[in-house]
Amino acid sequence: MPKEPPLLEASSIGKQFPGVRALHNVNLTLFQGEILSLVGENGAGKSTMMKLLAGIHLPDDGAIKLNGDLVEITNVREAQKYGIALIHQELNLSDNLDIAANIFLGNEPHKNGVMDHNRIHRESAQFLKRVGLEFPTDTLVADLTIGHQQLVEISKALSVDARIIIMDEPTSSLSQKESEKLFEVIRGLKSQGISIIYISHRLGEVIDLSDRVSVLRDGENAGELVGDEITHDAMVKLMVGRDLSQFYNRTVTALGEKIFEVKGLRTPPYPDNEISFSVRSGEILGIAGLVGAGRTELLQTIFGITPAVGGSMKLNGKELMPKSSLEAIDSGIVLAPEDRKRHGLILEMNVRENTSLARLSRDQKVGIIDFNNEYELAEKTIKELKIKTPHSSQVVQYLSGGNQQKVVLGKWLSMNPSLLLLDEPTRGIDIGSKQEIYKLMEELAASGVAVIFVSSEMEEVLGMADRVLVMHEGAVTGDLSREQLNEEAVMQLATGNKAAA
Amino acid sequence: MNKNTIGILSLFILIFGFTWYSNENFVNGYNMTNLVKWSSLYAIMGIGVAFVIITGGIDLSIGSVIGLVASLLALAIKYEWNPTLTVVLLLGLSIVIGLMHGLLITKVKLQPFVVTLCGLLFYRGISRWLTDNQTMQFPGTENLDSFFSGKLLIFGKFALSSPFFFLVVVAIIAAFFLNRTIWGRYLLALGNNEDGARYSGIQTDRLKIAAYVICSFLAGVSGLLFAYELDSVQPAQTGEFYELYAIAAAVLGGCSLRGGQGAIFGVIIAAAVIRLLRNSINLVGISTHLEFSIIGLVILGGVTADELIKRIVAKRRSKQISTSKS
Repeated sequence: MPKEPPLLEASSIGKQFPGVRALHNVNLTLFQGEILSLVGENGAGKSTMMKLLAGIHLPDDGAIKLNGDLVEITNVREAQKYGIALIHQELNLSDNLDIAANIFLGNEPHKNGVMDHNRIHRESAQFLKRVGLEFPTDTLVADLTIGHQQLVEISKALSVDARIIIMDEPTSSLSQKESEKLFEVIRGLKSQGISIIYISHRLGEVIDLSDRVSVLRDGENAGELVGDEITHDAMVKLMVGRDLSQFYNRTVTALGEKIFEVKGLRTPPYPDNEISFSVRSGEILGIAGLVGAGRTELLQTIFGITPAVGGSMKLNGKELMPKSSLEAIDSGIVLAPEDRKRHGLILEMNVRENTSLARLSRDQKVGIIDFNNEYELAEKTIKELKIKTPHSSQVVQYLSGGNQQKVVLGKWLSMNPSLLLLDEPTRGIDIGSKQEIYKLMEELAASGVAVIFVSSEMEEVLGMADRVLVMHEGAVTGDLSREQLNEEAVMQLATGNKAAA
Repeated sequence: MNKNTIGILSLFILIFGFTWYSNENFVNGYNMTNLVKWSSLYAIMGIGVAFVIITGGIDLSIGSVIGLVASLLALAIKYEWNPTLTVVLLLGLSIVIGLMHGLLITKVKLQPFVVTLCGLLFYRGISRWLTDNQTMQFPGTENLDSFFSGKLLIFGKFALSSPFFFLVVVAIIAAFFLNRTIWGRYLLALGNNEDGARYSGIQTDRLKIAAYVICSFLAGVSGLLFAYELDSVQPAQTGEFYELYAIAAAVLGGCSLRGGQGAIFGVIIAAAVIRLLRNSINLVGISTHLEFSIIGLVILGGVTADELIKRIVAKRRSKQISTSKS
C-alpha cells in the first residue's frame, strides 16, 4: 500500500438512532486510487457509515479527515464539494429526464438562470466515454437497463469531480455481464486515481475487486484484510465473529410429508412464468435470487396481497387461492414482509397494539376489544420471543430492528400459522437477534410449520435452508438440495445461467 | 385524557376567562345557552369529519350536504310529506352520499380531496336548483320541532337544547367505537399505515368507506338540526363553509391530517373553542371583520404548539432509550 497519508481518515465514529446504536468507535481509512470493500452482515452499520461520509447523516462522535484536514460534512452538497459521491443501491435518477439532464441535475451550467444545453450535452458525452457507455446523451434514462443507469450515476459522480466514489451494493440487481462491465469501469476509475469504497454481500466480487477489506460487525470494526488475506472464510469469520459452523448450526430433522404445494402458480408481475414447488414438514425452504427476481412478488401472491393469475396451491391437503391477506391469514398463511416499517408494523402504535392487530378479530366479542386478553397476549409474546422493550406500551418505532422484527413474528405466531413466509427476515438486525430468529425458524419447522424464507444474504441461504429455490426474472431457475448447494451454483442460477446447474 | 386534549381544554378556559374578564355580560343564561347549542352543532360535524381525517382523508362536502338536507327537508314539508318519513329518507340519503364518496375513493382510487370537492359543488347546485334558490320558511312540524331544536332542560335563563343531547349521544358512541372496538383500532392502524394494516389482514377499503359514511351521516344529522334551529333555509347559504369549521375543530382537537390520530373529546372542546372565539370577538370589542383572521391564527398557534411539544417529547424519549441501552 502507498506510504503517503490517507486520502480519507475517519476515526472513532459513533452514531445513534432512536433505540439503536448504529455505529460505535468505528475507524476507516482510504488511500488514493484504492478499492476498499466494506463488508458485514445486514445491520452491521455499513450503509450508516457511508451515509455519514456522504453528508446524509451527521456523526454523533468522531472525526473525519480529508487529506489530513479535519472536515465536517453536514450535507450532501458539502460532501460533493469535498469530492465524495455516494451511489445508492436504489438509484436516484429521474426517469423522465435524459442522460445529460440527469448527470447535471442540480449543477446545471447556466447564464442568468438559462441552462446551457450545449455544454451539458458536450460534457456529458465526455463523462459517458470515461465509463464506456455508448449512448446519445439525449437518451431517456427510463429507456436504459439498470446496469446502464448505474453507469450514468457514476458519470454523475465524475461530473462533480468526485475523488471518492462509494457504491452501496451496486450489483444486487445486475446480471453477470452487467456486473463484469461495472467491475471493468471500477478498475478504470482506480487507474485514474479515484478511490472506491465498495459495499457488497457478494464475497466473490469482493475478493476479485478489492485491494483491502474492512469488516464491520454490529456497528463496530471487526477487522481488516489486505491482499492475500482476503478469502471467503476469513471475511465470514470476521463478519459473524465466530466460525461459520457455529453460527448457522442448522440441524436437519427427519422430513415429513408435503404440507405445502404450489403448482403452476403465476404471479401478476410475471404472468407467463409458472412456478411449482413444495415444502415438507420440518423443512426450511430458502428462495435466492437477485433483487427484482420476483421473490418478494411470489411471497406476496401466496399471501394474497397480489392475488395469483393462475395455478393452484395446497396447504395441509386443502386447495386454496387467497384473494386478500385476510383470506390467507384465515387459512393459516402469514408473511413477515421485507419492508418491516412500511408493511410489517404500525410504527406509531405500541408493542401491545401491534402484536394483537391480526388476532383482534378472533378475540373480540361483538367487536369490543378484550383489553385484558390483549395485554396478556403482549406480555406472553414479549417473554417468549425475548423482545427487549421497557413495557408493552412502548411505541414500536423506538425499538431496535431486531426487536421490531420479533414483534412482527410475535403477531403472526399468535395466529398459529401452518405456513410462515419470511421476506429478508434478518435485514437490519443485530447478530444476537439474528441467531434468535434462526433458532425460532428451526423450532417452528420442527413443530411442523412450513417455513419459506427469501434472502439476499448468501451465507444465510447456505446456512439455514434445507433446500433452495433460485429465481431469475420471475422464473424458478433451480431447485437445489442441501448437497448441491454452494455459492457458485446459486449465483449462476440467479443470474440466469441455467446451463451451469 | 391525552396531552393534546389537556392543551385544548386549557386554551378554552383561557379564552373563556379572558372574555368574562373583559365583558361581564358574557356569562349570562341567554349567551351560555347559545354557546352550548352552537358548539354542539359544530362538534357533531367535527366528530364526523374526524373519522375521515383519522383515515388520512378529508371531506369538503359537509357544508353542501347540510345545505342539501336542509333544503330537501324544507321542500318536503312544503309539499306536505310525512315529516318523520322525510327525516328517515334524508338520513338514508346522507348515508348513500357517504357510500358514494367512499366507493369513489377506494374502488376508483380517486383522491378524497377531489371527490369531496366535486361533492361540495354538486350538492350545492342541486339544492339551489330544486328549490329554485328560494329562501324557505319552516312551517311547524310540532313534535319534530321539539325533538330537533327544543329546549329540553331549563335552568332559569340557561337551557340545554336538543343539539347538546344529540352531541352527547353521538360523542359517547363515537368515543366507544374509536377506543373500545376492533374497528376503531383498525381505523387508527390504517390511518397510521394503510399498507401495514392491509398486511395484517385488515380490510382497509371497507373501513375507509365506513368513515365517509359516518361523516356524511353526521353531516345529514347536522343538516336537520340546523334547519330546525334556523327555522328557515337559504339553499345558497345554509351550511356554507361549515366543512371548514368541522375540519378546523377536528385538527385543533388533535386529529392529524396525516391520519392515525384523533380523540373525540378533543374535537368537542375544539369546536367549543371556535364557537367561543366568534362569540368573544364580538363581546371584547374586536372588529367582527377580523373574526376569520383570529380563528385562523388561533388554530395555527394551537397546532404549531402541539407539533413543537410532540417533537420535544419524541427527542427526549429517544434519548432516554438510547442511554438506557448503552
